[in-house]
Amino acid sequence: MALLRRPLLLLLIVTHQFLQLWIAFGSVNEEGQKQEEFYEELLLKPLPDRKVLTHFHFQSSAPPTSNGRHHHLFPKAISQLVQKFRVKEMELSFTQGRWNYESWGGFDSIPSSNAKPPGVELWAVFDVPQHLIDPLWKNLTHTLSGLFCASINFLESSTAYSAPEWSFPLASGSLRYGTLPREAVCTENITPWLKLLPCRDKAGISTLLDRPSIYRGFYHSQRLHLTSTGSGSEGMDLGIMLEQTLTVVLQPISQRASLVRDSEKHIQPSWSLSSIFGKQVSGKCVLAETSNVYLLLDRGLVAELKQLHKENEKSIENSLTSENFWTNPSFELSAKPDRIFIEECSLLSKNSSVLYKFEVEKYSEFEPFDLGITWKIPIVWLCQQAPLHASRFLTGSGNERGAIAISLKSTQTTEGFMGAHSNDERCELRVDVFQVVPWYVKVYFHSLQVFVDQQPKAVSDIIEKIHISPSKDKVSPGVMELVLKLPCSMSSTALTIEFDKGFLHIDEYPPDANQGFDIPSAIVSFPNFHASMVFLESDSLNKSPLLSKFQEWSHVMSYTEVLLVPLTTPDFSMPYNVITITCTVFALYFGSLLNALRRRVAEEERFLKDKSAKKTGQLPLLLSKLSAKLRGRRSEPPHSSPVSSSFINSKLVFKVILIAGLAVCWQYYFL
Amino acid sequence: MEKLKKKIRSFSFWNWVIASIIFRLILIYFPKNLNLCSRPEVSTPLTSFRRLAEGYWLKQSSMSPYAGSMYHGSPLLLSLLGPLTVKRIEGQPNHLLYSLVSVIADVVSAMLIRATGQNLQVAYFGTLKSLDLVKQIELSEVHSSGDVAALIYLCNPFTIVACVGLSTSPIENMAVILCLYGACSRLVPLAAFGWVIATHLSLYPAILIIPVHLSFVLAICDLLLGYGPDAPPRKLFLQRHQQKGLSSQSKLPPGFSWGSIIHFAFWALLWSVYVLVLCGISLKQFGGLWEMFKSTYGFILTVEDLSPNVGVLWYFFAEVFEFFRNFFLIVFHVNILFMILPLAIRLHHRPCYLAFVYVAICSMLKSYPSVGDSALYLGLLGWFVNELSDMQFSLFLFCGYVGVSLLSPVMHNLWIWRGTGNANFYFATAMVYACLQIVLVVEGVSAMLNHDRKLRSLILDKPRDAKS
Repeated sequence: MALLRRPLLLLLIVTHQFLQLWIAFGSVNEEGQKQEEFYEELLLKPLPDRKVLTHFHFQSSAPPTSNGRHHHLFPKAISQLVQKFRVKEMELSFTQGRWNYESWGGFDSIPSSNAKPPGVELWAVFDVPQHLIDPLWKNLTHTLSGLFCASINFLESSTAYSAPEWSFPLASGSLRYGTLPREAVCTENITPWLKLLPCRDKAGISTLLDRPSIYRGFYHSQRLHLTSTGSGSEGMDLGIMLEQTLTVVLQPISQRASLVRDSEKHIQPSWSLSSIFGKQVSGKCVLAETSNVYLLLDRGLVAELKQLHKENEKSIENSLTSENFWTNPSFELSAKPDRIFIEECSLLSKNSSVLYKFEVEKYSEFEPFDLGITWKIPIVWLCQQAPLHASRFLTGSGNERGAIAISLKSTQTTEGFMGAHSNDERCELRVDVFQVVPWYVKVYFHSLQVFVDQQPKAVSDIIEKIHISPSKDKVSPGVMELVLKLPCSMSSTALTIEFDKGFLHIDEYPPDANQGFDIPSAIVSFPNFHASMVFLESDSLNKSPLLSKFQEWSHVMSYTEVLLVPLTTPDFSMPYNVITITCTVFALYFGSLLNALRRRVAEEERFLKDKSAKKTGQLPLLLSKLSAKLRGRRSEPPHSSPVSSSFINSKLVFKVILIAGLAVCWQYYFL
Repeated sequence: MEKLKKKIRSFSFWNWVIASIIFRLILIYFPKNLNLCSRPEVSTPLTSFRRLAEGYWLKQSSMSPYAGSMYHGSPLLLSLLGPLTVKRIEGQPNHLLYSLVSVIADVVSAMLIRATGQNLQVAYFGTLKSLDLVKQIELSEVHSSGDVAALIYLCNPFTIVACVGLSTSPIENMAVILCLYGACSRLVPLAAFGWVIATHLSLYPAILIIPVHLSFVLAICDLLLGYGPDAPPRKLFLQRHQQKGLSSQSKLPPGFSWGSIIHFAFWALLWSVYVLVLCGISLKQFGGLWEMFKSTYGFILTVEDLSPNVGVLWYFFAEVFEFFRNFFLIVFHVNILFMILPLAIRLHHRPCYLAFVYVAICSMLKSYPSVGDSALYLGLLGWFVNELSDMQFSLFLFCGYVGVSLLSPVMHNLWIWRGTGNANFYFATAMVYACLQIVLVVEGVSAMLNHDRKLRSLILDKPRDAKS
């Protein structure tokens, strides 16, 4: 008994001590308001073209502390990175596919902050003096490329990144921006990204991240945004906010695809979490503060539903928000939402979107959460578009020159804006364009032309401000930042700028040179418009980072397409031939010209010989004879007897010694 | 009779001049100048009109014209010609004023060539007279070399293309010709001005300092003996005088006079300081002179731009291994410098011909050659029609030039626009072009040396003939 009792006692003591420690620690945290927090959220949104937008949002934050480098939840790698490179703000995104602005919308905060250009995009703001930024950027790219298993280190070279002045409102001068349009994104990039989450993909919402299903999507963008706060001086660690989002557009697989009747073809596909991800959520990640799933019905959809129900003479307000929402005549939800939010009406549209909130913590392994939506009636709606639809294309043919054209077309949002400002006579629409061109696309900035409604306009009428840093060959890319003031009544605007295609050294071509080179996406932003969704009853929203993100007052932004420019290639297999042939031509020039200059006709030779014979006798005579022999001409009959061979030898020996001496000197002094 | 002949000749000369000017104006009125502006044969990174316009635009928007790697010309050219790139007249072609400036530059160059050529011809006859060789060389064969050279320069398709293609090479050529004209007319300040400007615009004419000096040195002889800037070697005169039984050694001036050199150096220094000050003023708010040197002369010497042109260096440096680059840069530039001395020794008695050879070598080996450079040396070649009348391979060279100028656009089109050919096709024509130029230079030099030999043999043989 005694033997048994002792360990028990020990165990008790240990447990007690642990409990005490735990309580003490908890109380300290509560007192100081310093706690590392983690939130996980998922937003689902049906898209008009029978697809579903899934947007994972994970947020971890570490408050400014003085207790060194110890973290409970926050990823250590990130905090070290922030400390080391003095990053004030940074965003890294890996994207595959292109956000379809026309059918998936371009106005909400999701497309304007989560729709990213294909490949890798990285920008960072540093909290250091100007001259230290570039080395820090280089180190940062290397660290990130190690951290995310991607070739971000290619952004190190000064030809790959730029320093925009105004396009990012955060900080001019201390911001660096770089993109790699051709970077392929795969699981090797998402695994390290998931490692930064406290539960990885083992528990909580992130269990849904089934690799085959997310990479099957039409669009896939994995983003990491971090902001550091606080001065970070004198041993105080910086407070860091890390926001990780994953935006995936998926096509739900229609279970009844074969059985669809004609009338049902227009019905939106019904889907559930298990059908699109093949997995269900079995409870929250225990380390997360909150763990919510949202379903967003956007303005267009809600308006359309209202319209439908007015015809059926039923009040949509009730049916969408009341308790019996899941017996809604147009769709059915498989789970009961915990809350319903309705957006505040904005200036631009009378309609408001509806958000259903589901709390995951109520569900468990035995009763997994599986949200599904089943559509009952066919419905067609449009997402709210960006104020202007921006697209970019190349003109011209051949490999010598071309032109980049950016076209901006008005959408229904602009009409709404116009309606709001119709009484304003001088209604102007401000558009910012930020364009980076690699150095081998040599842009002629003087050839910038503006066409409004197909009519050429004076550049100074439309462009309010322009900032240009021209590209330097093999040193820096060209950056063009424009602020356009467009008349509201215009329906289309086009900017064209001509360029010459550069010719590169054979080593500078990538392995598949004939595929062409990419011009990174241009960023078009609309400072007149703000992508924010303010929900009523927002007092309880402070807890949810996703919804507070929605409320942020951010510019509407859209990215244009990546352009593929084919460049001329030299013959990669011929360097030796080119070198030898060119050198032969040079030798031909040198040799034949020198020969023409020093050639003497027989008469002159005789004259010289006579002269030399008179002067010095045998030696020059011999030399001239030798040279005549070398030239293959019949030498003149010797005037004197042949000289002894010993003399030649001594001369030869002298020359050899001279050359050897020179060689020794060279060896001794210069090498 | 002779006067009439002369009249007819001069009449037809002016006819040709007017015809060539009208031809240029017609070409200018073609839409978009026939796209000659962007032909690689016409506009190199140094002489391209679009780059000039870009530089001017950058300067107007208060940026350094050398920001970016677009403009590599002189800031003076930018201030003089820049405004013409944007000025437009309603209903007229876009760059009419600029084209007119190039046409005027061409005509002025032709007139200077003509004046210099006449000068040379007078000297040539003077020489022949002083050597009593006038009868030996039949006068009927003698052409008016000034007119011939001016017409070759004006009617050469290369010149026309460079002029209509809005490149800056007509202006550069004019500076070179101005320098030679000044040297031949013994106008030291003008020669120094031309030399400084030509060097400032395209660097390579710097080596013309040797022929210019020689011509001044010979000019001193000229005053005493009455022979011109281009003459057979002095030895001939010595021999001639010896045969005549004169103690000519005392009469002959010293071959080298420091006075003229110092005079020239003074003026050259003055003009270069003046040019540098002007450049410094126009670049004051930007990077200053150092940036200018780096992006003009540095750009020329390091062959940074690898876009195709009629030379051979672009493809060579696009293909050569990076670690050999500096070595070959040195080798190719030294190739130009290496030939300066041998040529100067052998042709020191003919400074104008020496200048022609230098110009030809430069236009062959320079880093960004264009047909405008060829136009210059082909024009200068016209000065020596009489001396080079028995040059070998002239038909072959002519056909070669025609063939290359027809094939080169075809190959460029196949490679760049159609994508059916590859770079080697175009490079091959550039190679052939280089070889043709080499043959021209080598044959030209040996023909001139043979001509001198002929004169010498005539002198040496004449007494014997008289005896017999």
